[in-house]
Amino acid sequence: MRRLAIAIAVFVLATVPFWVSGSFYVNVASQILIGAIFALSLNLLVGYAGLISLGHAALLGVAAYGVAIILNAGFGHVAAIIIALAATVAVTAIFAILALRTTGIGFIMITLALGQILWGLAYRWIDLTNGDNGLSASSRPAPLGISLASANAFYEATLVVFLLAVFAMAALIQSPFGASLRGTRDQPRRMTALGYDVWTIRFLTCLYSGFWSGVAGILFLYYNEFVSPHAMALSASAEVLLMVISGGSGTLLGPIAGAALVVIMKNVASAYIERWNFALGTIFVVIVLFMPEGIVPGTVRLARRLWALRKRTDIPVAESGQ
Amino acid sequence: MTALELKGLGKSFGGLRVTRSIDLTIEPGERRLIIGPNGAGKTTLFNLITGEIRTDRGAMRLFGTDITAMASRQRAHLGLARTYQIITLFPKDTLLHNLVLSLLGLSALRWKPWSRLDRNEALLQGARDALGRVGLAHLADRRLAQTSYGERRRVEIAMALAQRPRVLLLDEPFAGLSIEERRDIQKLISAIPRDVTVVMIEHDMDVALDLADRVSVMHFGEIIVEGTRAEVVAHPRTREIYLGE
Amino acid sequence: MNLWLVLTVNSITLGGLLFLLSAGFSLIFGLMRIPNLTHGSFFMLGAYFGVSFVLWFHIDFWLASLLAALLVAALGGTIERLVLRRLAGSEQAQVLVTLGISFMVADLCLMEWTGDPISIDAPDALRGAAHVFGLAFSAYRLAIILIALLIAALLWALLDRTRLGAMIRAGVDDPEMARVCGVRVSQLFTVVFCLGAGLAGFAGMMGAPIFSVYPGLDSDMLPLALVVVILGGTGSLLGSLVGSFVIGFLYNFGQALLPELAYFVLFLPMVLILVARPQGLFGRRAP
Repeated sequence: MRRLAIAIAVFVLATVPFWVSGSFYVNVASQILIGAIFALSLNLLVGYAGLISLGHAALLGVAAYGVAIILNAGFGHVAAIIIALAATVAVTAIFAILALRTTGIGFIMITLALGQILWGLAYRWIDLTNGDNGLSASSRPAPLGISLASANAFYEATLVVFLLAVFAMAALIQSPFGASLRGTRDQPRRMTALGYDVWTIRFLTCLYSGFWSGVAGILFLYYNEFVSPHAMALSASAEVLLMVISGGSGTLLGPIAGAALVVIMKNVASAYIERWNFALGTIFVVIVLFMPEGIVPGTVRLARRLWALRKRTDIPVAESGQ
Repeated sequence: MTALELKGLGKSFGGLRVTRSIDLTIEPGERRLIIGPNGAGKTTLFNLITGEIRTDRGAMRLFGTDITAMASRQRAHLGLARTYQIITLFPKDTLLHNLVLSLLGLSALRWKPWSRLDRNEALLQGARDALGRVGLAHLADRRLAQTSYGERRRVEIAMALAQRPRVLLLDEPFAGLSIEERRDIQKLISAIPRDVTVVMIEHDMDVALDLADRVSVMHFGEIIVEGTRAEVVAHPRTREIYLGE
Repeated sequence: MNLWLVLTVNSITLGGLLFLLSAGFSLIFGLMRIPNLTHGSFFMLGAYFGVSFVLWFHIDFWLASLLAALLVAALGGTIERLVLRRLAGSEQAQVLVTLGISFMVADLCLMEWTGDPISIDAPDALRGAAHVFGLAFSAYRLAIILIALLIAALLWALLDRTRLGAMIRAGVDDPEMARVCGVRVSQLFTVVFCLGAGLAGFAGMMGAPIFSVYPGLDSDMLPLALVVVILGGTGSLLGSLVGSFVIGFLYNFGQALLPELAYFVLFLPMVLILVARPQGLFGRRAP
């Protein structure tokens, strides 16, 4: 049953360019997928490791800038992608070594600070990054000779990467490592006593998260054909965090739904709401206050309640002992 | 070779000497009871032995291996397991999953980033067996949050036993249990085979005394009295410590 | 020689302003255990309110500063009571909420005051130069240093000599114990949040003649407050003072000597301190 649902979902996603009118909306769909990959990567930390990062946009930025810089230096796409990913993982390693000295609030603050440092570099190191003016990349790769210049083609390529990402993350989460990771989120002390190496588990997860943020960054650069320091600003990190918590951390579907929500709001609502940051902030506050588990679990919870009311049989599960 | 040997163990927090020069020798297969009034430093001692807290002074040996500077998780791999006074299990997971985590901790499998854990028959069966040993096999698929306190105490013990420890530290295993539940736990503990050395902290003497071969009485971070059950019970200082307070 | 002297004075001025900004941040962090990500917004709001009072209502500079500070303090108190208190006990949620509120405030300011920077002159009495030891310095900048030191002294007196201060210090040291001793910790939270916000708002207005007010001022100032408090230790007034001057110097000299790596120079020490000694140079509790 689940396999069928997944197959249908993949089919629907793959045929988006056909039932959606206009390249504007296809592009929005691409944005959603890129955002979803980014949000999924952050959710590895937020939802599964229990570590909130406020500096993840910097990792996306490293990859995006990496590709742009390498391309503008005259190298090809393959080299650009490989180097960008390697650089992102390397930077993530440094982030992780520093940030994993603490957890909780300390982790938030260190990642915030590290993100700011990288943003500051992008802003000020004009020789390398062209500062506020940003860097352009005038071409997209052509895998297997297929041009990605059109919105449709780019979307399909992004979809392939997205599906790979989802598959890889699902495999990780259901694996023994995934169980170890969730254990470190829930009871780190106990996990240590059980023989797990909590620090290394977290470190490896950070690296994996950084890798996929890098993938998102590469797609981001190719999509926009441009990158500026704004992509690495605190507001960008806040935005991806919003995607995670609005959709619901700790599930695979949550960040995807959250990405869709945020991207659609940004694109469609920006015609009506002038101030995106205000909306971003308000949604943040509302979700944290009233639906902290996110929209996906929250809606599921609501749906269950309504269903139980309809059937008028609400059997409470006995919770003996506390 | 002794199972667990502590020499001159000491720990201070700021100016407060929580543990003062503890010497303790426990033989393999022994059942040692550590008692003492609240604040005597019993749980701190356990935390020092498992490595959650670093010692300031002294040395520790586990079956001859010096573990004084060893990381906590490595001590688990050497055969050290413990239960906790306050239950620190995984409430949102099923009992089965809790036990799977316990078994996974010492297996190289825990690093594998692919292949579904819930399809690993060997691990699942091992977890079911571990639950069966404490009589909870019928609740394998129940979420921990939906079990009773007594059942959770049994899960704690099952988790520790699943690690196939050589030395098992039980931190107040009877805390908060009804008389019937205490009898169940007592039976469980007496059924532990003698290839596991058991060190138990208890606050309440009556319940734990029967299980002990030797008893150590702690007070203000030191071991004041030590000996067989009879010796300790008869010792005047024991009464002083418990009744004088 | 002149350049160094000017840079030095500017650094001390910046240090003074940073102290006004970060003292409140430090107290909030020390007591409530959260880095208040709305603090930069408070600074910016104080500046916007203050210059509006001066430019549109023709209120005296100092009175406007005071009014602005009070207004921002009231806003801070409202946020604390309506929003933060509902999330009591969940620090991560509180941090996220302050982040969300900072975005709301930033856009509201943009809507109200538009994107153009608003500049304002120093009050008449302090315009121009003051002569100290035969050298000419900006009178206003010297005044800021004096004001910062004055407020530092007042804060120290508050914390050290009054009952409120004793309660705050107790709350910073050990909130559980403080509660047991009868300290109404949740009320204290509101008071300290108001105080912190008000100080930040006051600092914003003080800084207006130097920085002017512009969208983005909040995100420029917040990281500085963060760095100061991490360096100086959460909940420590002395730490905030020392940290502020250190950062003032690092920032100004960094901008002058290594403009490309300015942020690096600023944040790297903070990261290193956080990593090596999470409680900062003077603080007692790790974040």
